[in-house]
Amino acid sequence: MAEFTLPANSKIKKGRHFPAPEGSKNVKKFNIYRWAPEDEDNPSLDFYELDMDTCGPMVLDAIIKIKNEIDPTLTFRRSCREGICGSCAMNIDGTNTLACIKAISDCKGAVKIYPLPHMPVVKDLVPDMTHFYAQYASIKPWLKSDTPVSPGKERLQSKEDRSKLDGLYECIMCACCSTSCPSYWWNSDRYLGPAVLLQAYRWIVDSRDDATGDRLDELEDPFKLYRCHTIMNCTNTCPKDLNPGKAIGEIKKLIAERAL
Amino acid sequence: MSNINTDRPLSPHLQVYSLQLTMVLSIFHRGTGIFLMVGIPVLVLWLYMLQSGEHNYGHAMKYLAYPVGRLLLLGWTFSIFYHLCNGVRHLFWDIGKGYEISTLYRSGAAVVVVSILMTLATWLCAYGLI
Repeated sequence: MAEFTLPANSKIKKGRHFPAPEGSKNVKKFNIYRWAPEDEDNPSLDFYELDMDTCGPMVLDAIIKIKNEIDPTLTFRRSCREGICGSCAMNIDGTNTLACIKAISDCKGAVKIYPLPHMPVVKDLVPDMTHFYAQYASIKPWLKSDTPVSPGKERLQSKEDRSKLDGLYECIMCACCSTSCPSYWWNSDRYLGPAVLLQAYRWIVDSRDDATGDRLDELEDPFKLYRCHTIMNCTNTCPKDLNPGKAIGEIKKLIAERAL
Repeated sequence: MSNINTDRPLSPHLQVYSLQLTMVLSIFHRGTGIFLMVGIPVLVLWLYMLQSGEHNYGHAMKYLAYPVGRLLLLGWTFSIFYHLCNGVRHLFWDIGKGYEISTLYRSGAAVVVVSILMTLATWLCAYGLI
């Protein structure tokens, strides 16, 4: 049964306030979710004021500035700072995106930053991704082929077949889409969610893969696949402009077609 | 590490996610579906009253004509048209069409406008205005 409210230990309290340095002319406000296991307290929303004249343009620049100059305990994942690693996925200004490619100027008023929604929190903006990665592993995200290939030769693919992977291979598994999906919030114990299903489809349509039937068998399940109700928050939020909702629709179509 | 609290909090979800047209229309689809189910016993009761004679039918119609009754009927009229129109949208998705964000927003807006127009037309007919 769907739980619409947060458990008692997860309700967010008012946090600390870090005012901007005196003389700052271009102040931007940031509300940031904080929780540390050693606090033995509920999460809180800390309020930071930053001088934008000494800050880079992206939300990631702002939280790195906070970590460097104001509060070194602020914890978040980041790596490439150019939208290709997917580490800094978080909920910014009400939708999920990558902090490194989200411009601060695109946020009206105070910038609100939370961890990816409906996930167990390890610390601050770092969610526990263990279950998400286990679901990814469950779809066997590798080439399964019975076709022998001579050593040193590639598995060839026509240009048309290769183009079927466009819009799929670009997925960086940042989990923005899965954690934007209300159905994944309530059913993630059994529903695979948009990111993992897009990856599943990426192998299903790969002309070099011989396990298409097995893969569809695996997914033909009321929960794994069919908890998708075409809500489409996934496609709306994808920071790479991919379309997980359509990929799921294609899987459903393939399963329907093979039954005919 | 005995002082480490492993009872991790759950990150906020509905509380912080800003409403998207995509999710609002989906919630409405479910909400109208549930509301229509609630209407089935009322419809059955109305049919029963209809076959059980003029007196009972008059009673049923009297209750339905109260402001609350009319409001419920308006709700059911809109629900059935919204659920129908959005159901057609679902059928297009089922054949793999209409997944682009721009199309989603256009088809969503069309569903809302058309279901409101159909509701209006039905009520104007009911009041004998068209």
